[in-house]
Amino acid sequence: MRGAKRPLVAVWKFASCDGCQLSLLDCEDELLAVAGAIRIAYFPEATRAVVEGPYDLSLVEGSVTTYHDAQRIQKIRNESKVLITIGACATAGGIQALRNFADVREYTSAVYARPEYIETLARSSAIADHVKVDFELRGCPINKYQLLEVISAFLHGRKPQIPSYSVCVECKRRGTVCVLVSRGEACLGPVTQAGCAGLCPAYSRGCFGCYGPSESVNAPSLSRHLGEVGLGIDARMRLFRSFNAAAEPFRRESEALEQGR
Amino acid sequence: MASRTVSIDVETLARVEGEGALHLRVKGGKVSDVRLRIYEPPRFFEAFLRGRAWTEAPDITARICGICPVAYQMSAVHAMEAVAGVIVKGQLRELRRLLYCGEWIESHTLHVFMLHAPDFLGYDDVIRMAADHPELVQRALAVKKTGNDIVNVVGGREIHPINVRVGGFYRVPTRGELEPLLERLKRARDEAVDFVKFVATLPMQELEFDYEFVALRHPSEYPFNEGNIASNKGIDVTPADYEKVFREQHVAHSNALHSVVRDRGNYHTGPLARYALNFDRLSPIAQQAAIEAGLGPVCRNPFQSILVRTIELLYACDEAVRIIEQYERPDRPFVEAQPKVGVGAACTEAPRGTLYHRYRIDELGKILEAKIVPPTAQNLPTIEDDVRRFVESHLDLGQNEMTWRCEQTIRNYDPCISCATHFLKLDIERED
Repeated sequence: MRGAKRPLVAVWKFASCDGCQLSLLDCEDELLAVAGAIRIAYFPEATRAVVEGPYDLSLVEGSVTTYHDAQRIQKIRNESKVLITIGACATAGGIQALRNFADVREYTSAVYARPEYIETLARSSAIADHVKVDFELRGCPINKYQLLEVISAFLHGRKPQIPSYSVCVECKRRGTVCVLVSRGEACLGPVTQAGCAGLCPAYSRGCFGCYGPSESVNAPSLSRHLGEVGLGIDARMRLFRSFNAAAEPFRRESEALEQGR
Repeated sequence: MASRTVSIDVETLARVEGEGALHLRVKGGKVSDVRLRIYEPPRFFEAFLRGRAWTEAPDITARICGICPVAYQMSAVHAMEAVAGVIVKGQLRELRRLLYCGEWIESHTLHVFMLHAPDFLGYDDVIRMAADHPELVQRALAVKKTGNDIVNVVGGREIHPINVRVGGFYRVPTRGELEPLLERLKRARDEAVDFVKFVATLPMQELEFDYEFVALRHPSEYPFNEGNIASNKGIDVTPADYEKVFREQHVAHSNALHSVVRDRGNYHTGPLARYALNFDRLSPIAQQAAIEAGLGPVCRNPFQSILVRTIELLYACDEAVRIIEQYERPDRPFVEAQPKVGVGAACTEAPRGTLYHRYRIDELGKILEAKIVPPTAQNLPTIEDDVRRFVESHLDLGQNEMTWRCEQTIRNYDPCISCATHFLKLDIERED
């Protein structure tokens, strides 16, 4: 594609580990082709050059945890034709949403000698809690091939083909023996969205929910079953309360377990 | 010229991981104010680790940094194994070194070619650099991918690997799974020899500082997971005594804490420090490449960190070849470990420098207290020093050139601001 016609793409960071935007630089075989099809207008992790908005596509990593960031995402939305969030922080608040279940003032004084220097919100929230989001790409981290699919779909003006079924489907497809049924391993696979290709069970451990809740999940039912195979209430609560702790079905189940304790 | 007042403000530091800004003020030939401001919001890992199970620490702390998750996993499991009194040996230990080699190869290649080299060659970024040097960038991407594929095979995936656990791994690879990496690693090693020659030709600032270098030192190996914490000014302690030697302080302009040697001050961790303290532990091919590139056994020029990082890239390829060639699949993927009441500390060598973890757990393995000191928090005061000294010796540079060189001075440390922001810790106030 030629210069002027290439869409302007910006990559924005909020509270996060940088891993999801790194996925773009981890596309070693495709990076130069992607860079040829788009114009990178703003991507501080990769370039010091900056092109002013408006942008055709904004990729947003990270969650909103400060007042300043709550303002900043509004401005980014106004400057972006299409806004896509990438990763568990942006789509569900991330691991830093564990503060939502605690007292953030206590957290601040536990970590910092001078809490008064720190400016933070009581909750870590998903981007979609603040602005309209055109597509949410899940994962902690995202799958780089799904990211390429999302960018490619955007370039061709079609809907991304991202499955919303559960990790169980991926295990069946991979031929992995079910770790929950055969060994009683704690596994969130039945309620977690696909995207990792059933990675953890293939490495002989249970799924811990990197891609968040899949469509129409029954978290309480899985939770009961995990209880029956011997997993304690506290362990079950922690299982639902990690990288997608604030995603609705997981949040409800971890709070139910916490109250029943 | 001496009375000129210059202000430099870089509102968003580019080609670093995470969010920071530089504010600098020069008056009368002296830097009157330099502040590397870290505005990356805090995420409170040390607070929410309390109450989690000790077995969760490697997966949770990996999320501090998407660039060096292996480092977090390695420091976490070694600290927990120190509490449990478990020592991981033999092929499991070798596999951990191999996993770390993968992260070093990936991270160092990313930094040398995609984040740092554009500064030396005058490009805004690697994409623009690739337009003039397509072959070089393609070769670097291939080496980077080889590093990522080690992490993929041993760890399950390149970002936030899933296969590391207290005591070892969930599943260990077969010889057949590692062997396809061997030929690629040998090619990557050959490429790295060439990369060292290429990086040695980059236009270099001539500047040397008398740093206190801090890194692990092991009796026989270039350090990844084991060894004492050592320095060129006399420090030699086990990780358990880390906090007797170093302390953290919280400064107003930063969401990252600054780390210093008690009673002495700033220090330098990362490739230059590892190299200065462990040149004799590098493999022959890496030593020879360093000598041919004109490096002595100690390098005090922070801009030369790009060359030392490339030497370490070569070493990591060579070490990975050695490990795969001797690999035999262990019978069991992990050593059984039981929690005990107690405290455990560990340091390992992240690509950017020494990463310290300490945990206190109860008899059921519940984490009661966590402390994490990432390399960038240790380097921040030294980075500010470097910027100050660089500016004072280059006052004749124009505003744009000065701004870019200040950014480059910061990028000498490959700073990971995402890492540096979530830390630390209670005992600071009383110390001052």
